[in-house]
Amino acid sequence: MSKTLAEKIWADHVVRSAQGEPDLIYIDLHLIHEVTSAQAFDGLRLAQRQVRRPDLTIATEDHNTPTLNINLPIADPVSKLQVDTLRQNCAEFGVRIHSLGDAEQGIVHVVGPQLGLTQPGMTIVCGDSHTSTHGAFGALAFGIGTSEVEHVLATQTLPLVRPKTMAINVDGVLPDGVTAKDVILAIIAKIGTGGGQGYVIEYRGSAIRALSMEGRMTICNMSIEAGARAGLIAPDEKTFEYVRTKPHAPQGADWDAALAYWKTLTTDEDAKFDVEIFIKAEELAPFVTWGTNPGQGLPLSASVPNPADIADLEERGAAERALSYMGLEAGLPLRSIKVDTIFLGSCTNGRIEDLRAAADILKGRKKADSVRMLVVPGSARVRLQAEQEGLDKVFIDFGAEWRNAGCSMCLGMNPDQLAVGERSASTSNRNFEGRQGKGGRTHLVSPLVAAATAIRGTLSSPADL
Amino acid sequence: MDKFVTHTGTAIPLRRSNVDTDQIIPAVYLKRVTKSGFEDGLFAAWRNDPEFVLNQPQYKDATILVAGADFGTGSSREHAVWALQNYGFKAVISSRFADIFRGNSLKGGLLTVILPQESVEKIWAAIEAEPTTAVTVDLEARSVRLGSEVYPFELDDYTRWRLMEGLDDIGLTLKNIDSVTAYENARPSFKPKTLPARS
Repeated sequence: MSKTLAEKIWADHVVRSAQGEPDLIYIDLHLIHEVTSAQAFDGLRLAQRQVRRPDLTIATEDHNTPTLNINLPIADPVSKLQVDTLRQNCAEFGVRIHSLGDAEQGIVHVVGPQLGLTQPGMTIVCGDSHTSTHGAFGALAFGIGTSEVEHVLATQTLPLVRPKTMAINVDGVLPDGVTAKDVILAIIAKIGTGGGQGYVIEYRGSAIRALSMEGRMTICNMSIEAGARAGLIAPDEKTFEYVRTKPHAPQGADWDAALAYWKTLTTDEDAKFDVEIFIKAEELAPFVTWGTNPGQGLPLSASVPNPADIADLEERGAAERALSYMGLEAGLPLRSIKVDTIFLGSCTNGRIEDLRAAADILKGRKKADSVRMLVVPGSARVRLQAEQEGLDKVFIDFGAEWRNAGCSMCLGMNPDQLAVGERSASTSNRNFEGRQGKGGRTHLVSPLVAAATAIRGTLSSPADL
Repeated sequence: MDKFVTHTGTAIPLRRSNVDTDQIIPAVYLKRVTKSGFEDGLFAAWRNDPEFVLNQPQYKDATILVAGADFGTGSSREHAVWALQNYGFKAVISSRFADIFRGNSLKGGLLTVILPQESVEKIWAAIEAEPTTAVTVDLEARSVRLGSEVYPFELDDYTRWRLMEGLDDIGLTLKNIDSVTAYENARPSFKPKTLPARS
């Protein structure tokens, strides 16, 4: 029977299937960080269980680590306790860890691909909802809770109900200045934050094929913002070439066998998706959010919507609450919104290509006096690469702060936070109330819009410069 | 895990949709390494508002949360489930839950009940008119009852059985560990390993 890509990967990982029970699915790679693993290791210890496959497990420190003075002990005692607990757990159970200060430390979803541990056709999980990022390689990758982390540590499997499949086709050529981030923000605005619930999304079409691996990771990363636990893109020559040069790429005969398998990882031509959505690339524009969920977004050329124009009562109420929280008036052009802080980073847009794209615009310019800008590379490796290319100097000359790697202001668990009422243009993935700091107001944007906004002080695209 | 067969208590109306897990428990409250004590972070930002429903004395002892659509979106943090349980909630009712939150809740023994939005509206009206209304969430019968009103809900047989028996998922999987070993023996050699480390 013909299958979609997600169904093929699923079928290749079924350990056990029984009528009326979830399938038992094998997990090829388990990524771990300090915030969602402590209780799982504790559970193992209480039950006197071991980590079944330390050789399929890897840990890094990212969620609450500082991005300044990383050579000093972590100042926040509770953050320090979590990081120390992770280090002890990894030592006790024999799990590889990349700690603060290590060249391979960084955001878990940046580290996996750059080490070449993320490969096509794999099942990948992590106690973090943005695990969907790895779907860019044609892997089935999704976030799990701490109970599931414990389950994977103990058994290297998860009991799962097979999700439905959704195709999102983006065909055509993206206009200048429109990036992967704009594509995914437009998709979420179209299908809503619950539109992908219960589905694995496969992103298809010529505009998706034309994206770099970094761009594909940005798209898959935010699948969860549309409610889908996983999103993926069929692997192609770009994918194979990206993996080929990475440290953990298969070698010799293994490479040939892997490549032969990876080339089978496409949706069969006559396979049926449960839902299909079509988007024309030419109709997309730089996109920004105005509200407090990632579905509340519009093209930058639009104005803040009037809740009274929204027919659905629930949505109208949500829009009213969002505008009140965001301190915005209906009808205000989005381009006239002044921001205080620019955050360039995160697992959505903290890779080398994102830093290059922003630096390209900032080069030789000065930031608006009224803003501060934080540049936080997604990993220590990305930071080193950027420094080799001289990007750090571009950012520093521009007036931005050049930080160390981590999740940072995306979720404000470390000291990088917005103050009450402070407004950001952020390349991260969530504009929830208080996400970047209590009372902080977030506009989600692409790296290009972040850079142009840092120059002008109001939400802007490079075309406005 | 405690068995869940049936629970009767009072209910609290949370008339908001798209309640994400950053609202259920903000990231700054996630820094414990245990599964207890997270009740202080539950809806922390909203609880600063004296008008917020959790601050209203008539709902102080509620054990069932009745929320708007798309409850539990966003971050995978299981702390959201622990915070609700630590605070005293046994069940959450909504017309739609985010996938990861739903999975976490049913693994941890917090029963998430899906009812049509019109039933949620009726329950909201009833518990706002009379906050002491006894609400029963009956997993055995798969229904929610308020007085003479009965709202049936669906939950697959396997999950229902697991919750009613209070069974641990890991224990169930370990009974089939031979099939995991057999699968591992047949895995292709090109699949990557994290050890020994290469960089």
